[in-house]
Amino acid sequence: MNWLYHFGRYYLLIKRTFKRPEKFSIYWKQYVLQMDSLGIGSLGIVSIISIFMGAVICIQSAFGFESPWIPLYAVGVSTRDIITLEFSPTVVCLILAGKVGSNIASEIGTMRVTEQIDALEIMGINSSGYLIAPKILAAVTMFPLLIVLSMFLGLFGGYVVGVAAGAVTPYEYIYGITYDFRPYNIVYALVKTYIFSFIITSVSAYHGYFTNGGALEVGRSSTKAVVYSSILILLFNVIITQILLS
Amino acid sequence: MIQVQNLSKAFGEKQIIKDISIDFIKGKVNIIIGESGSGKTVLSKLMVGLMEPDSGKVIYDGNNFIGLNFDDKREIRKQIGMLFQGGALFDSMTVEQNIVFPLSMFTNMSEQEKTERANVCLNRVNLVNVNKLFPAELSGGMKKRVGIARAIAMNPKYLFCDEPNSGLDPKTSILIDNLIKEITEEFNMTTIVITHDMNSVIEIGDYINFIFKGELWWKGNSGEILKTDNKEINDFVYCSTFMKKVKENL
Ligand SMILES: Nc1ncnc2c1ncn2[C@@H]1O[C@H](COP(=O)(O)OP(=O)(O)OP(=O)(O)O)[C@@H](O)[C@H]1O
Ligand SMILES: [Mg+2]
Repeated sequence: MNWLYHFGRYYLLIKRTFKRPEKFSIYWKQYVLQMDSLGIGSLGIVSIISIFMGAVICIQSAFGFESPWIPLYAVGVSTRDIITLEFSPTVVCLILAGKVGSNIASEIGTMRVTEQIDALEIMGINSSGYLIAPKILAAVTMFPLLIVLSMFLGLFGGYVVGVAAGAVTPYEYIYGITYDFRPYNIVYALVKTYIFSFIITSVSAYHGYFTNGGALEVGRSSTKAVVYSSILILLFNVIITQILLS
Repeated sequence: MIQVQNLSKAFGEKQIIKDISIDFIKGKVNIIIGESGSGKTVLSKLMVGLMEPDSGKVIYDGNNFIGLNFDDKREIRKQIGMLFQGGALFDSMTVEQNIVFPLSMFTNMSEQEKTERANVCLNRVNLVNVNKLFPAELSGGMKKRVGIARAIAMNPKYLFCDEPNSGLDPKTSILIDNLIKEITEEFNMTTIVITHDMNSVIEIGDYINFIFKGELWWKGNSGEILKTDNKEINDFVYCSTFMKKVKENL
């Protein structure tokens, strides 16, 4: 019954979050700020992880395919598919859940325990709308861009390291990553990303918003935010894949 | 005027507010005093809707606030200014942004008008040149004063102050007390001050409500509270050596 209680409270919070803003211009400013902090702020970590993981995925593929029967460009094909289908949308989103989720939960949780949320409410401001809506919308705008970037950087990392290590030639790698390319796979990856962005921000905001107690509980909320958004990402990953790819 | 009628609230088994009824008078400083933990903050939060009471009414000039939907509550809340016990300043905003935030949200004032309004409010609490500082850069007493400046920015009809002068030196404390009294009379506000400072009670209290273990134990004015023979009040008022000396000379 506990999860039903959480789900109900989550649903009501989200419903209240998307009520009409008191003043559009202030929400817009907040939205732009959040795009910078959640999106641009995650550029570094996403880039580093994508380049290195792309490199490893390429080398591992080459290692697995060391057989005269498999053409060398298969390394490119496999690297591309792993990165676009699973690594960028799912693994990078899991990492974003850790970075952005804990950040959101602790920020909103701190505002809760220091009564800043109460202060907003007293002014007649819809605190969940003002605090949460811009974050959700900013993530839904920025994360897909980050994921596309991550795909490019992953493929780039694979190219550089794969070629340097002699695992694959430039020609075969490029041939492989363009071979039998299906745009639908990118659609699938982006659909996943949209849903994961929503999960990360809304679930983390939920845990932050309903923090009660003090600094200790803020820490606890931020852990819960990361754990629950990660679990939900994994769960929805299975569901969406089942729906879209089978 | 704000009327509280038969308000009760329990947390689990613990009954914190027990059937309290008080009329808070317009244009006057209405004081709520009581020991730490007696339920003063909870009472004020019930009144502004930050907590839901188990039963009872809170009536703002004829409108029962309890049970209103969010939009109707908002209309009343826009007329409420509140100073929180802990300040509750937005720590991502500068002092000035804190004060003008409700103005930006609900009015169409220009940037310059807002800055002017912020300066007027800051001047009233004796603060200058702090506009660009962040709350983390202020002393405890300065935070309190910025909290008051923010509470009065919208010219509220109802002003709630939870411990406006705890953590202030005696001089600033009296200044804040007098400020609250002044604006209450000037703008004909219904002001509610929660405190355990007997100085404030004597200095500015028009009507005094003594809460004891969640009950309204006694009410009267500042002259009466010094002379009443109610035991709990005497224990509260004359607990310090200083006040005992005062009593001997009364
Ligand atoms: N959210 C809550 N959940 C459970 N109990 C609470 C909650 N808020 C307050 N209480 C309890 O209600 C009682 C009254 O608290 P309240 O904050 O109103 O005291 P107070 O009179 O304002 O004291 P002080 O002068 O120290 O500020 C306390 O015993 C406190 O433990
Ligand atoms: Mg209190």
